Amino acid sequence: MQTLSFNPLYPFETLEIPFDDWVEVVFDWVANARPVFQAIRQPIDWVLEGITDLLLFLPPGLMIVLLALVAWQVVGGRLALGTALSLFFVGLIGAYEQSMVTLALVLTAVFFCTAIGVPLGILAARSDRFETGLRPVLDTMQTTPAFVYLVPIVVLFGIGNVPGVIVTIIFAVAPLIRLTNLGIRQVPKDVIEAANAFGASGRQLLFKVQLPLATKTIMAGVNQSLMLALSMVVIASMISVGGLGQMVLRGIGRLDMGLAVIGGVGIVVLAIVLDRMTQALASSERERGGRRFVERGPIGLVRGLTAGRSASAAAAATQRGG
Amino acid sequence: MTDKITVEHLYKIFGPDPEEALALIREGLDKDEIFARTGNTVGVRDASFTVKEGEIFVIMGLSGSGKSTMVRMFNRLIEPSSGSITVDGRDITKLDEAGLRDLRRTTISMVFQSFALLPHIKVIDNVAFGLELAGMGREERRERALAALEQVGLAANAESYPDELSGGMQQRVGLARALAADPPILLMDEAFSALDPLIRSEMQDELIRLQEEKKRTIIFISHDLDEAMRIGDRIAIMQGGVVVQVGSPDEILKNPANEYVRSFFRGVDISKVLTAADIATKTQVTIIDKPEQGPRAALRLLGDFDREYGFVIGRGRRFAGVVSLASLEQARRDDAPLDAALMPETATVLPTAPLHELMGVVATSPHPVPVVDEQGRYRGVVSRTSLLQALDNLPAESAPVEADAVAPVAAAGE
Ligand SMILES: Nc1ncnc2c1ncn2[C@@H]1O[C@H](COP(=O)(O)OP(=O)(O)OP(=O)(O)O)[C@@H](O)[C@H]1O
Ligand SMILES: [Mg+2]
Repeated sequence: MQTLSFNPLYPFETLEIPFDDWVEVVFDWVANARPVFQAIRQPIDWVLEGITDLLLFLPPGLMIVLLALVAWQVVGGRLALGTALSLFFVGLIGAYEQSMVTLALVLTAVFFCTAIGVPLGILAARSDRFETGLRPVLDTMQTTPAFVYLVPIVVLFGIGNVPGVIVTIIFAVAPLIRLTNLGIRQVPKDVIEAANAFGASGRQLLFKVQLPLATKTIMAGVNQSLMLALSMVVIASMISVGGLGQMVLRGIGRLDMGLAVIGGVGIVVLAIVLDRMTQALASSERERGGRRFVERGPIGLVRGLTAGRSASAAAAATQRGG
Repeated sequence: MTDKITVEHLYKIFGPDPEEALALIREGLDKDEIFARTGNTVGVRDASFTVKEGEIFVIMGLSGSGKSTMVRMFNRLIEPSSGSITVDGRDITKLDEAGLRDLRRTTISMVFQSFALLPHIKVIDNVAFGLELAGMGREERRERALAALEQVGLAANAESYPDELSGGMQQRVGLARALAADPPILLMDEAFSALDPLIRSEMQDELIRLQEEKKRTIIFISHDLDEAMRIGDRIAIMQGGVVVQVGSPDEILKNPANEYVRSFFRGVDISKVLTAADIATKTQVTIIDKPEQGPRAALRLLGDFDREYGFVIGRGRRFAGVVSLASLEQARRDDAPLDAALMPETATVLPTAPLHELMGVVATSPHPVPVVDEQGRYRGVVSRTSLLQALDNLPAESAPVEADAVAPVAAAGE
């Protein structure tokens, strides 16, 4: 066996950095901190359990009606009808339960995206240095292929729904942070100056001026997070996350076109319904004819009816009296 | 009037190293040199002046001369680099955060060129914004906001959103917002500059009317001289961060401190700025009207001074009328008293009338037009010559004959 001498034309035959080994060493070390990662799992586990139980607790017929009512309240009658029909269709093709699981996963992910992303976005808007530091992290999160961090996540958190939500959060939180930052930075300077001139404290400035004026942009961020979370569903199922993604993955694995398409249709239906709802939430009361949330939709109807009944009861009472 | 705001040796340097710039200022370098040497911008340089209680104090100057910087130091939206600002005897440059918030909520409020209303809340909530920040309850602050809106004539639009209003109306909302907490001091940074000329003068009138209802101390930034002359009690002129002159519009107009100030006033329409009182002369023959006096003495007086007309004044300098040589001659022949010689229908003008309103009267009157105030007192006359001279921006000189024309009054009085 002869030893190779260093040849500058073929440097890599003799030179090598054991990068993969290093990474493993780091991860072995990090894995020692398991309790920390278990602690991170906990809250996600609770929220996910809660939402899943809620969605699967009601019988499908009732649940579809309830979701349609929510769509009516948030957006309007047409989306309510669309929601009911498409969920009914998803049920008919045999994917109802899976779509509820996926819905729970996505909602959990978005819940945590908001809880993490909005405060980070606010901090980034307040400090240029923090923003400069955060930007490469966000770039990395958005461009790194999900497959790359799937492995370390499994090492640290194991497999199943909760790690799936964590992967989804990592993938989906970046645009929300960016858009929150942008929304707050876009608040006109003169309005900020006016608020300061009238004696606003830091908190008042944030809650009475910056956040309200950034709401639209922040809601666009929530919407983006939601869509990205949905697009992660199939990849997340590779670490044995249940739901529609699992159907698609199994369909592909078995070359079962039917199964894959059923899962796909379910994802698309959820995407459309959720997209409409978050977009509607982003528009202000005023853009929707000035009627307050509780004066619209089913809640408004119920309120109107009860008010009407008590009014007519009162009228009847006075008639009897008179 | 007492001093409301006293500014002493106030400086503002923008940039990386204010100390270095301050040192160069002491060496006497100007704004451009300091910027070239150190990269620091001199916003305001050694400003010292006082603003009196209840006056409208206008700050004028070219773009970049430091007006906005100056006024923002009054509520410390911009931190002064050095110097002091005393409001009601308290140096506000020493206030801490809480004290500063309190100052902004109760004492000094501001109106912005760009209106700067909150687009997501209704007009009334915009007006109540300052009160809300101060922690006032919803009912009470809405009530006071509505009262402020009434002051600017916008109560009917309380439930609109700002973008549903015209520019002029939006600025009324801005004004109402500033008035809501009833602060003694208002800062207005080119508050009317974004409005078209008609609305602008309407707003100026509105401001003057509000000022009549309740005297506030108003610091008003403007780069429009007509506006400054119209509403300002006193004007400060800024040039490159320096306050070059402070004074009443008349003082500055008559006595500009330097070429920069003079150039500001070059375009001024004198006929709108000067009034009859400013150019009235008292060099005509005046005749004191006494009951027993006949026309003879008056005739002799006019003859002595070679004048055709005399101005008759009664008790308390009350203007009685004009007599001419011809009318006096007639009265003498009729053996009538002086009163009979007064010419019918003599036109008079008020001392406050601007020159451009005088032209018609002066041109058609055969004699100089007497200036008579609201109480009927004689304040002098405006002759064609003095009017033309004033409009031509020439210093009004008195002709030699008129130099000691006060004497005849005494003579006539005997
Ligand atoms: N935040 C800042 N940073 C650096 N320089 C500034 C800043 N604000 C103002 N300046 C500079 O200070 C000087 C005075 O500006 P200021 O805005 O007070 O002028 P102004 O008289 O209000 O002008 P305008 O009529 O255009 O409003 C200018 O040279 C400007 O460039
Ligand atoms: Mg300015």
